[in-house]
Amino acid sequence: MSDRRTLQIKQISAHPGPIPGEGVQRDLEVCKLVDTTTCIGCKACEVACVEWNDMPFTPTTFDNTYQTMPETAWSFWNLIKFNEHQREDGTIQWLMRKDQCMHCADPGCLRACPADGAIVQYSNGIVDFNQENCIGCEFCVSGCPFNIPKFNPTTKKVYKCTLCSDRVGQGLEPACIKACPTGCLKFGSKDDMKFIAEERAQQLREHFGYANAGVYDPASIGGTHVIYVLHDATRPELYGGLPKDPQIPWSYTVWKWLAKPVLGTLALFGLLGVCLHYVTVGPRKSQPEPPPRKER
Amino acid sequence: MGTAVDRFDDKARGLFDRIGTNDVYQGELLRHRPYTRFLHWMVALFFFLALFSGFGIYLPWLFRWFTPIFGGGALARSMHPWFGVGFCFFFGLQVLNWLEPMLWSKADTEWIRGLKNHVLKPEKLEPTETGFFNAGQKVQFWEITIGSVVFLITGIILWIGAGTFGRITVAVSYVLHDISALVMLFGIFIHMYLSTFGQPGTFHSMTRGSVAESWAWTFHPSWYKQVTGRDPRQAHEEARRQMETGRR
Ligand code: HEM
Ligand code: SF4
Ligand code: SF4
Repeated sequence: MSDRRTLQIKQISAHPGPIPGEGVQRDLEVCKLVDTTTCIGCKACEVACVEWNDMPFTPTTFDNTYQTMPETAWSFWNLIKFNEHQREDGTIQWLMRKDQCMHCADPGCLRACPADGAIVQYSNGIVDFNQENCIGCEFCVSGCPFNIPKFNPTTKKVYKCTLCSDRVGQGLEPACIKACPTGCLKFGSKDDMKFIAEERAQQLREHFGYANAGVYDPASIGGTHVIYVLHDATRPELYGGLPKDPQIPWSYTVWKWLAKPVLGTLALFGLLGVCLHYVTVGPRKSQPEPPPRKER
Repeated sequence: MGTAVDRFDDKARGLFDRIGTNDVYQGELLRHRPYTRFLHWMVALFFFLALFSGFGIYLPWLFRWFTPIFGGGALARSMHPWFGVGFCFFFGLQVLNWLEPMLWSKADTEWIRGLKNHVLKPEKLEPTETGFFNAGQKVQFWEITIGSVVFLITGIILWIGAGTFGRITVAVSYVLHDISALVMLFGIFIHMYLSTFGQPGTFHSMTRGSVAESWAWTFHPSWYKQVTGRDPRQAHEEARRQMETGRR
């Protein structure tokens, strides 16, 4: 696989003009499958992520749970979220979800970003940040429905999970997948992962008594390239605040692509207006002004 | 207005009078003292710095050529809020300085009603009630005052970011910040025109401080009366007759 180019750019933030090499080759969409029902919370993926991406030590916060820290950090892209959920019958269910960038098909971060080339989406579905083009405005933080991009105040750049685009580009699976001991993490084409996920959800519904088991692949943002199998797909919020219906604010859709250019043009009408005023109506002069020239 | 503000303004004006000078020759009147001029140009400077550094963030595919002026996108982004702070600071002082002549009066409402006469079919002389500032200038002043407050609040939210204020607050703030800038930009085009080409003689009031008496009785008759004690219409009539006899 490594002899094939697997990272063909599909979208570039704030970029005018065509995308280099767009559409010259068909790419398989990749996908990471996280089966929350077989995750044991061992955090091997957290370690693998920090190791592979060569991250510095990130201070952890102890808050009486097993969770490493409250949320992902600029230097900590992969976090297992723990939730002790009390069911109706009083028993406790321990929910663990691997939190990281979802690599949305319609990425809110990319829509929000005003810097040319700071965020790109590859046609295999990976959404990647290029820190050398990032201007540190943090609009992506506001555009993302999953609270993923994290700002580094020292470099003034934003960082997040790359889905190991460097590894995938070489035909390798992401580091977290490689580290997972239970097989709860899988990596492959979107179609294959979707198929396996649906099979597993059906198994959970039919043989394990999880009547609401299902797959999380939210349609509101065109699906994601990280999908979950959940015991209860009707209540994704239980899994460390996974949004049921993730949305991109209209500021980054309607305002940014339609109203901005239109209203900007309207403001320029001020300039046009005064120019027209000068050449038609003309300036107002202090009085008295000399009488107009008489035609003879 | 509170006496503390008055005392502050008086002190500042006095200080700048000692540093700066005015060129007022015969047939001219002093309009803007050095303190006012200093504030006005600091406001204008920071306004345009903030505007141009913001352009590249507003519509990158159109205004990308603005960012290199500021040393690239990242630097433009980190300086933009400081330019904004400078703008708000100096305009804040200007608000205190100009509060009194900017208060709205009944005559101003009348002026706005007759806006068409002022813009499209300019009557030669302003209504006699027009004082130091006309209603159009007052609207511009208050628009910028409100706009600066919107800038300041939404700007601080954008500056500190979604991590503190939440993503929806930031998303809304950014739209309000844009609208505030667009309205102000629209107004500034008109302002720049009227204070230069549109009304010759005005620009000098913000450079060396003075205007011609004829400028004053034409555009701000009530102010003319206040400083000279003469009737503006009568002064105009005399000047007109003089001009005619001079021609003969
Ligand atoms: C380079 C462009 C500019 C020029 C040539 C200019 C010129 C002037 C002049 C000559 C006056 C005095 C008017 C009078 O005495 O009646 C004035 C007043 C004023 N200027 Fe500017 N100005 C400029 C930019 C700005 C900017 C950017 C702002 C604020 C954002 C501003 C805010 C004001 C305000 C509030 C007044 C008083 C009210 C008015 O005359 O409209 N000016 N300006
Ligand atoms: S999860 Fe957030 S950061 Fe990741 S692609 Fe989606 S919008 Fe962008
Ligand atoms: S902070 Fe985010 S939105 Fe801003 S330039 Fe960087 S990647 Fe783009």
